[in-house]
Amino acid sequence: MSTDLDHRGASPEEESRRRPAGAPSPRRQRWRSRLYRLDLKGSPYLYIFPFFGLFAVFGLFPLVYTAVISTTPWSPRQPGSQDESIGLENYQNLLGDENFHNALINTFGIGLVSTVPQLLLALGIAHLLNYKLRGRLFLRMGVLVPYITSVAAVALIFNQIFARDFGLLNWFLQPFMENPIDWRAEKWSSWLAVSSMVIWHWTGYNALIYLAAMQTIPYELYESASIDGASRWQQFWYITIPSLRPTIIFTVIVSTIGALQLFAEPFLFDTTRNSNGGSERQFQTVVLYLYQQFWTNGRYGYAAAIAWTLFLVTVVIALVNFLLVRRIRSAED
Amino acid sequence: MRTSRLVALTAVSALALAACGGGDEAADPNGEITLTINVFGDNFSLPDNRELYDEYERMHDNITIVENRSDIGTHHQNLQARLTAGSGTADLEVIEVGQVSGFIGQPDKFVNFNEQDVDTAQWTDSTIQRASTPDGSSLIGLPTDIGGLAICYRTDLFEAAGLPTDREAVSALWPTWEDYVATGDKFVEATPDVKWFDAAGHVFSGILGNEEETYYNAEGDLVVEDNQAVREAWDTSVQAIQNGQSAALPEFSPEWNTGFQQGQFATITCPAWMMGYIQANAADTAGKWDIATIPGGSGNWGGSYLSVPSQGANTEAAVELAKWLTAPEQNIKLFKTIGNFPSQTSTWTEPEVANYTSEFFSNAPAGKIFPASLEDAPAQIYGPQSTVIGTTFAGALNSVEQGTDPDEAWDAAMTDIKAAAGEG
Repeated sequence: MSTDLDHRGASPEEESRRRPAGAPSPRRQRWRSRLYRLDLKGSPYLYIFPFFGLFAVFGLFPLVYTAVISTTPWSPRQPGSQDESIGLENYQNLLGDENFHNALINTFGIGLVSTVPQLLLALGIAHLLNYKLRGRLFLRMGVLVPYITSVAAVALIFNQIFARDFGLLNWFLQPFMENPIDWRAEKWSSWLAVSSMVIWHWTGYNALIYLAAMQTIPYELYESASIDGASRWQQFWYITIPSLRPTIIFTVIVSTIGALQLFAEPFLFDTTRNSNGGSERQFQTVVLYLYQQFWTNGRYGYAAAIAWTLFLVTVVIALVNFLLVRRIRSAED
Repeated sequence: MRTSRLVALTAVSALALAACGGGDEAADPNGEITLTINVFGDNFSLPDNRELYDEYERMHDNITIVENRSDIGTHHQNLQARLTAGSGTADLEVIEVGQVSGFIGQPDKFVNFNEQDVDTAQWTDSTIQRASTPDGSSLIGLPTDIGGLAICYRTDLFEAAGLPTDREAVSALWPTWEDYVATGDKFVEATPDVKWFDAAGHVFSGILGNEEETYYNAEGDLVVEDNQAVREAWDTSVQAIQNGQSAALPEFSPEWNTGFQQGQFATITCPAWMMGYIQANAADTAGKWDIATIPGGSGNWGGSYLSVPSQGANTEAAVELAKWLTAPEQNIKLFKTIGNFPSQTSTWTEPEVANYTSEFFSNAPAGKIFPASLEDAPAQIYGPQSTVIGTTFAGALNSVEQGTDPDEAWDAAMTDIKAAAGEG
């Protein structure tokens, strides 16, 4: 933006400096000024065009096309079915689909179990990293390591940890348990396992975001607070948290959207890879259910309806989220 | 100056857009060709052994073969998606027998082998019909292997449980599947730490391997819910689970692979291709395995077809490779190195096959056991989603293994099957 302004300031002088030397005709001059106006008015659009162009191709078009597909009974095994229209029948079926309800419950459940501890943990870690520590840069980079590790690699390790027969966790729990826990068999245990993967992956990322925000808080605030006799905890609660409010809103919304679209972790946690999310859908999330209906069952129309429903749910949840989080300490502002 | 910058920018964007739309050019038949082949298991190679591809590459200097492996579900899903999209398939694609009827409705997407100078008489009629359009005009794939059925068992674990280890005597233990489960009771009583079999889903597949009509009838209707044979196979499998015989290892998962190495189970339903899995998963158990006949005496599970999607750039070279890979000589080689049993009946009597014994399996006469199991096997009927339905049952039985009520699991499986296959 600033470079753009610089151009605008410099160019008239440039023009006037050239004119006596070249002595151009009035027509040429008009042409030049027209070009100049076009540059001024048009080039900003050109600069943002790549984004909106790509968005139209990879964002808007799929969105609209998915909506169109969701009104058809399209299945690749039935030639011609993509041209039939069944209105909103897919959405109607979806409302009564127990497996979809189950997937929604799983998504919200895993979302809560993973997002809340993850953000609290990130806040705590960021607070600790904000102290003067030895090897601070190393530690700060260190928390990002799980984030740059691919989910597939994380899943590989966590599948070993949460394995029933020769798993690490069951080995630790052995003295306290009569039978090893079959982590994939129950809802609660599989949610815990999947959530732990998500927490592992994203906590460091959120911690760094919090840390960056914490460093913008003026030191004077803490100084005067400590002169007034505020404890570390009081400083954290009354200065850090309110100052982080916009950042917390951002991370809550981004994490919630991420949680609603959770796919890779539950997909990889079911080692049969049949996208069923456990033998009886114990941890099948909405996107995993979508994937199963689309790929395994070849129900393109139905899967498209799931996609759109999920999109609407996400928008609603994000709004609710925004309204709720905005209330954090807002009374004092 | 400003203008030229604008022009340059436009040119760059145009170039970037143009780069997105590059197309494939027609390949020169004698030039360097890379043929890709997508498989879902040990179809033509083992993870550490690609002898067959190497041999073909030696015979054809200009050809390089690249194999991509994925699991059976993903493999067929990707194939369908890429056929629908019109691009992205490999030059050769393997299709499992339980999925092939889902693809014969799209014959224009595959090279028709009826027009490629192939002697289809080397296979049985039912084998060819499964990969042909109803009128027989189009054949979308060439048969590779056939399953056959047997039971592979661990002689050391049998010995520890006080059971006979000789394959004749072991075969005599289970004339029927009920006897197999009854023997399992004795086994788990003697050695409670080792289970009788890997997963109930494999017992279920073994039982249904001897049925002509399972999930679909000859008209192509979904009959799974009312088919008594399916229900009986389910009940027998559930009985075995409830008697504590299952190691409850989800099929083809990493835990299942580990189960072979750790000796977590003593028997496994063993189509010929399973020999490849056992050898690849647990090379250290060589000599501890043997092969007995299947309860019921006959049956088949699995088998595949090799197809050439017509969207490929090198269909001509791909057809040549497909014909070579499915020829009797290569099928015999595959049987001896991997275990996949040749689909051509003519090969079964050849000494190379008939006299073949596997060292890994205590010199069991595999070359006699598998053809014998196929002799009386019915010509099974498959529908478009047979494999998916089989996977659904395997998952449902796995949920019973995890403690779900069998009737609830059955009902859930029926709902899932209707969702997966109900729409045709």
